[in-house]
Amino acid sequence: MIELAKLCRIFVVGDQRVHALRDVDLTIERGEYLSLMGPSGSGKSTLLNAIGLLDRPTSGSYRLDGHEVATLDEEERARVRRETIGFVFQFFHLIPRLSARENVELPLVLAGVDSGTRRKKVVGALEAAGITDRAGHRPDQLSGGQRQRVAIARALILEPEIILADEPTGNLDRASGLEVLELIEKSNANGIAVIIVTHDPEIGRRARRRVRMDDGAIVADVDGSG
Amino acid sequence: MQLRDILRYALRALGAHRLRCVLMLVAMGIGVASVVLLTALGDGARRFVLDEFAALGTNLLIVVPGRSETTGAAPPLMGETPRDLTIDDAVALLRNTSIARIAPINVGAAAVSFGAREREATIIGSTHDFLHVRNLTMRRGSFLPPLEPDRAAAVCVLGETIRAELFGAREAVGEQLRVGDRRFRVVGVVGSSGESIGLDLDEMVVIPIASAQQLFDTSSLFRIMIEARRREDLPRAEQAILATIRARHDGEDDVTVIRQDSVLGTFDKILRALTFAVAGIAAISLIVAGILIQNVMLVAVSQRTTEIGLLKALGAPPRRILAIFLTEAVALAAVGASCGVLVGEACVFAMRAAFPRIPAAAPWWAIGAALVVAIGAGVVFGILPARRAARLDPVQALARR
Repeated sequence: MIELAKLCRIFVVGDQRVHALRDVDLTIERGEYLSLMGPSGSGKSTLLNAIGLLDRPTSGSYRLDGHEVATLDEEERARVRRETIGFVFQFFHLIPRLSARENVELPLVLAGVDSGTRRKKVVGALEAAGITDRAGHRPDQLSGGQRQRVAIARALILEPEIILADEPTGNLDRASGLEVLELIEKSNANGIAVIIVTHDPEIGRRARRRVRMDDGAIVADVDGSG
Repeated sequence: MQLRDILRYALRALGAHRLRCVLMLVAMGIGVASVVLLTALGDGARRFVLDEFAALGTNLLIVVPGRSETTGAAPPLMGETPRDLTIDDAVALLRNTSIARIAPINVGAAAVSFGAREREATIIGSTHDFLHVRNLTMRRGSFLPPLEPDRAAAVCVLGETIRAELFGAREAVGEQLRVGDRRFRVVGVVGSSGESIGLDLDEMVVIPIASAQQLFDTSSLFRIMIEARRREDLPRAEQAILATIRARHDGEDDVTVIRQDSVLGTFDKILRALTFAVAGIAAISLIVAGILIQNVMLVAVSQRTTEIGLLKALGAPPRRILAIFLTEAVALAAVGASCGVLVGEACVFAMRAAFPRIPAAAPWWAIGAALVVAIGAGVVFGILPARRAARLDPVQALARR
C-alpha cells in the first residue's frame, strides 16, 4: 500500500542544512501494525509527516496505492489525506469551542456530507470509542484519556486506510494510555494499518513490526509476527 | 463543504471571542449608521428647501435688467443696460399666449407719515395683478384697483407692520397718508405673507407703478414679475420674453429671465451634491472599519494556527480554509453593517420626531451603497488574513500544543 523509495527531507535552518530523512526505503502493507522508534531528532516524526502528506519530501518517491503522491499539488494532497489517512496527535488537537460530538463530526462537515448522514455516523463512532455519555461536553470538560478517544473517533470517522499516531499516549497516565492503545489496536484488527511513533519501548513492543530510526535513516526493521 | 456549514463554523468561531466581535460590530455599525444619518439630514434639508420653494408657486418668472454672465449667481441689482426696462416693455409681454399676468415693479424708500407718526419705509410700485402674481391675501379693504399701468392714482396698500405703527388700533382704510411729498389714500391692508425671496410685505407700502415713477422720478423698472399660464409653459414664456425685449431694445439681449423652477433646480443640484459628499466622507469610516477587521482577523489567524493545522491534517484543501476565514470577515462586516442601518434609522426616526418640519429620511441609494461598501470592505480586507491561514505550514502549526 505504501512504498517509500529513497525518500529525502532536508530542512534549511539558518545557514545549516539538516538531513532529517536520508534515502529512506520502506514498504507498508494493508493492515500492518508498525511502531516507529528512535532517539530525539532521529527523523521519526518527519517520516510520519511525510507518510501523512503533511510534509513534502525534498526528493524521492512515495507511492500510495500504486499512485505517486510526492508530487501532487496541495488540493490533491488534501483530498488523499481526507480519504485515506487519519491522524492522532500527542496533544489531541481538539477544537476547544466545539463539543466532543462536533469535533468527531468535523471531518464529515469538511467533506460536505449532509447533516442527516453525519448524525448517524457520529453516533456510531462515539459508541465505538466508548464516549457516548460525554458526547455533549467540550474538551476542557474531558479527561486526557477521553480527549484522545474523541480524537481517535475523529480520525476513524472517514474510514481511512491507515492511522498515523504521533506519541498518542505521551500526555496520558498509564491507565488511560492503555485504553487508548487498545482502541487503536481494535481498529487495526478491523483492517486499518497503524503506525505509532513512540519512544516508550513497552508501547513499541506491542506492535508486530518494529522499525528503528537513527539520524534520518532506518537502522532496524524487525517483523515479529508469526 | 456546504455553505450552511461554512457559515455555522465561521459564526461559532466569531462567537468564541464575544468582546472582540462586539467591538468590530460597533466599528462597522458606527460607520454605516453615520452614512444613514448624514444622508437623511442632507436629503431632508434638500426636500425641505424644495417644498418651501414649491409653496411659492412655480409658474413665476422674473425679468431683471442687465445680462447675468455667471450661472447660479444673482444678477446685478442694477444692471448695466443701455436701455431701460419700461412699463411698455412689460405690457408688450402680455401679447404672448404663454403668459397669463405681468406685474411691473419699482422699489424705493420714502418717509411715510400719518398725523404725528412718521417712519421711513420701502415703497413698492406695481399694478393690480401684483396681488395674483404674488398670491397675496388682503386683511382689510382691497388691493390696488385694476388701472392701466401708465396711469397714476393716489391710492396705497399697507403692510401690517406699517399699519400698526402708523395707525395703532385705528382703522387704516380710508385714511390719507403722506408718502414723500404726496398724499395717498389707504385702500387696503395686506395679510401677513411672511418673507419670501427677499420682499417682506409687512413693512412695505404698495402704490401704483406710475405714481412710484413720479415719486422717484424714473421711467425704468426694477423688475417685472410674470406669471406663466401653466408650469409647462415656462420654457416657452422664457423664450418669448427674451425675444420680445430683444426686439424692443434694438436687438440687444440686455435682460435676464429667472425661472422659479430653475432656481429650484439649482438648489436641488447643490444640496444633492452636498449629500453625496457627506455620504462619501462618512463612507471613509467604513474603510477604516474594514482595516480594523483585517487586523483582528490577522490576530485570530495567528492565535488559531493549531486549529488551521488540524483542519489541513483532516484534509481541508487550502481553498476551504480561505473560504472559512473569509466568511468570518464578511460575516463581521455584514452583521455590523446591518446593525448600523438599524441604529441609523432609529436616529433618523428620533430626528423626525424632534424636527417634524424637516423630512429627514435616508435615501435608498445611500443605504444600499453603505451596505455594499461595508461588505466589500469585509471581502477586500478579509482576503489577506484568509490567504495567510490557507498558506500555513501544517507541520509547524501542529508542533505547538
